[in-house]
Amino acid sequence: MNGELIVFVILFLITISGALFMLNLSKVVHMVMALVLTFLGIAGLYVTLAAEFVAVVQILIYSGAITIIMLFGIMLTKHSDEEKKTSFAKKGIVLSGIAIFFLIMFSAIQNLSLGSQATTLHENNTEQIGIMLFTEYVIPFELVSVVLLVALVGAVILAKRDDAKEGE
Amino acid sequence: MSSIPLSAYLVTALLLFCMGLYGALTKRNAVIVLISIELMLNAVNINLVAFAKYGVGASIRGQVFSLFTITVAAAEAAVGLAILIALYRNRGTVNVDEMNTLKK
Repeated sequence: MNGELIVFVILFLITISGALFMLNLSKVVHMVMALVLTFLGIAGLYVTLAAEFVAVVQILIYSGAITIIMLFGIMLTKHSDEEKKTSFAKKGIVLSGIAIFFLIMFSAIQNLSLGSQATTLHENNTEQIGIMLFTEYVIPFELVSVVLLVALVGAVILAKRDDAKEGE
Repeated sequence: MSSIPLSAYLVTALLLFCMGLYGALTKRNAVIVLISIELMLNAVNINLVAFAKYGVGASIRGQVFSLFTITVAAAEAAVGLAILIALYRNRGTVNVDEMNTLKK
């Protein structure tokens, strides 16, 4: 068992256990904190896949921004704190459906191997991404900035208190 | 050369996706449902980055794609939370079972 495999197993366990905690904890804030564990584990997996830039973005966006936004959402709404139990029948149906999906996908990918491996991804990873982003993908890049602007304005308008209506 | 097989990453992503799907379908708190959807998007990102290293014609493109996915997921989270807060202001609940005005 070499070092690479040990690192992968540790990151795998961190990722999966975070998601399991998320499903099984009872308080909403604890669930979000468990999810931070998953996001950090996924960032570690990206590093083992020679994607350092994506790993840093993952930590900044997910463990930073999205977690904080979700915490704001939790703090600004009132919760009964304890998650109410869903009925056993519904859980059973959902679980069996997901188990079937899992088995089908697992049988499809368990021995998948495409042979070749990229060997130059780790050399100046950020520079490679930057060159690709600003040459070949420059139009999608600009479109994504429009999407972000629309989402920003849309979120502000949706969440803004509708004063005119209340004044009537 | 890496000694970890491609299928190991794919199985990790599959497990995360299944757990996210389970959370999105069974949890009643709308914030948790949104978080579960983020988990599913993350699983897709793992696949993209894994195929950027191991896939046919592997190149940096997979990582660029995963960056675009992360951006759209962030926008989705912001708009989802805004809708949730507007809904909470009008209905006073974040329970997805009680969001059934269109059904009545």
